[in-house]
Amino acid sequence: MRTLLYREAIREAIAEEMERDESVFVMGEDVGRPFGGADKITEGLWEMFGDERVRNTPITEEVIAGAAVGAALVGMRPVVEIMYFDFILLAMDQIVNQAAKVRYMSGGQARVPMVIRTVCGAGRSSAAHHSQSLESWFVHVPGLVVVMPSTPYDAKGLLKSAIRDDNPVLFIEPKLCYQVSGEAPEDEYLVPLGKADVKREGRDVTIVAMGNMVSKAMAAAEVLSSEGIEAEVIDPRTLSPLDLQTIVESVRKTGRLIITHQAVEQGGVGAEIATRVTSEAFDYLDAPVERVAAKNAPTPFAPILENSVLPQTEDIVAAARSMR
Amino acid sequence: MEKAALEKTEATRTVGPPPDISEKELLWMHRTMLKIRAFEEEAERLYKSGAMPGFIHLYLGEEAVATGVCASLRDDDCITSTHRGHGHVIAKGADARGMMAELYAKETGYCKGRGGSMHIADFRIGILGANGIVGGGTPIAVGAALGFQLKRTDRVVACFFGDGASNEGSFHESLNLASIWNLPVVFVCENNQYAVSTHQSAHQKVKDISVRAAAYDIEGVSVDGNDVLAVYRVASKAVERARMGDGPTLIECKTYRMAGHYVGDPENYRARQEKEDWMKGDPIARFGGMLRQWEVLSQEKEGQIRDDVTREIAEAIKFAEASPDPRPEGATMYVYCDQEADDR
Repeated sequence: MRTLLYREAIREAIAEEMERDESVFVMGEDVGRPFGGADKITEGLWEMFGDERVRNTPITEEVIAGAAVGAALVGMRPVVEIMYFDFILLAMDQIVNQAAKVRYMSGGQARVPMVIRTVCGAGRSSAAHHSQSLESWFVHVPGLVVVMPSTPYDAKGLLKSAIRDDNPVLFIEPKLCYQVSGEAPEDEYLVPLGKADVKREGRDVTIVAMGNMVSKAMAAAEVLSSEGIEAEVIDPRTLSPLDLQTIVESVRKTGRLIITHQAVEQGGVGAEIATRVTSEAFDYLDAPVERVAAKNAPTPFAPILENSVLPQTEDIVAAARSMR
Repeated sequence: MEKAALEKTEATRTVGPPPDISEKELLWMHRTMLKIRAFEEEAERLYKSGAMPGFIHLYLGEEAVATGVCASLRDDDCITSTHRGHGHVIAKGADARGMMAELYAKETGYCKGRGGSMHIADFRIGILGANGIVGGGTPIAVGAALGFQLKRTDRVVACFFGDGASNEGSFHESLNLASIWNLPVVFVCENNQYAVSTHQSAHQKVKDISVRAAAYDIEGVSVDGNDVLAVYRVASKAVERARMGDGPTLIECKTYRMAGHYVGDPENYRARQEKEDWMKGDPIARFGGMLRQWEVLSQEKEGQIRDDVTREIAEAIKFAEASPDPRPEGATMYVYCDQEADDR
């Protein structure tokens, strides 16, 4: 099978869906001619589909999100880009109060088929306004679908599903994943929303990992394996709605659970998963659930400080050892 | 103030009905304003009697704005509305029964009791939803207009909001985007003098909100919002401009909120005299007077229209009162698409 980069997988997914469905269009800051997006994800799309369907907007996050809602309400399928997750805070009303709620508040009349793509995560010395992972804020909002893929295969298949879905989808791309390469078929395929993926099987401890922490969890699993601890690594892929069943089944087998994400630990998605697993599988747990996540601080600029705040492979290994 | 439109109305008054508007249209406007008035007066009475939960914002006094604007729209055009939205949706053709049932929080309401007064929507007739967030509807209107442009239709969106919303960031971002993309949207600012309790003079320095159009290089016009024909003429021009692909317009309609911000508002922030002065310019009385002068409306006919409207609202109340409550186990329906089957 061919290999491709995560960033290429995203571009391919958008291009295929634009080819397939005329109502799909792209807009965002600098996504079109000639810049192709701050991370160059939409590069080349305007050459294929033209300025009308690949639109540069002003720097205007609230109306980017809101115009997506309005266009979706009249039958379009907008795929918009918010340049950094941190900037999405300028668009919160349109995402949380409008996109997420208009269907419910209208008694089921409305459909809001829109995708907001954004880039999350630290690890590049970008400091606290270009590094956040705010996924738990959106998982907290009924009506939104929240997706965070970690591999090129998942990114492409999930983005295609997201574009075809009739719900508003927040599609979060961890910046450290963009250069990850992986196998993905050339033939069309979809990855369903709301389904977790077992990335590695193991009997001793379950590690639920999100975004760029999936590769760190896989590395930790290798280290642990050499010590005789076999870790099962699960990537939820979709954070809301969460595929709890796959995680619970794994915990019933392993009796131990570690949850790791790059987002700040306090109030993170890990807390939600821990609580729900504890409710469903308390009798199977042989140790308290552990979280491996960022310290409670804004993301610092200095690389040495940033590394200190962020969760590392060794932290996952240490957590697993402590649960023996 | 758009002098031309005002002068034309005044000039034609003595002669006869305006030649550019049919008698049918004139009577539709009159009936629509009466219907809004009757709906709101009954809603107020019923709310005070305890028949409805939550809280409601009345459109009393602003009837000419919604009516004049919606008279200029086609059935397939869209509107976005506000927390004070009953008038907008009635003027766009909403069914009083579904509205009243929604205010009563019934399963037969427009939103099946999930939305209430501030969220009435009817996507079949172009009502993209009222909105509980001041300024929340403007970006959505711009997006719908973008959708219409991309689909190469000549449909238009009218976006209602108040003087308060004209200070929100969403207003400025929306006008800017609509301007650079030449979108078919008409921004209708209802300047009813108050943002909740704060008078316009205290929340913005500009007197005519339409001057803000200049910042986005689009057409801006202020009009007497209590003169339904003046509103209609200005709106028709703006709608036509949008339909022809010539871009957005900002219309400021100067009007007055005859009721409080919400039913129960103590209104301790405005003088009785101010209110009484504005009441003299009641848009329905003014328009009724014109129609009688032009002999478009006889006393007998007016009585008949009032009876029809009263009956329609009474039937809506009866329908709402007889309707079932939503089932509690249905509270998580409609959160996501295609989940209804699972939740039933």
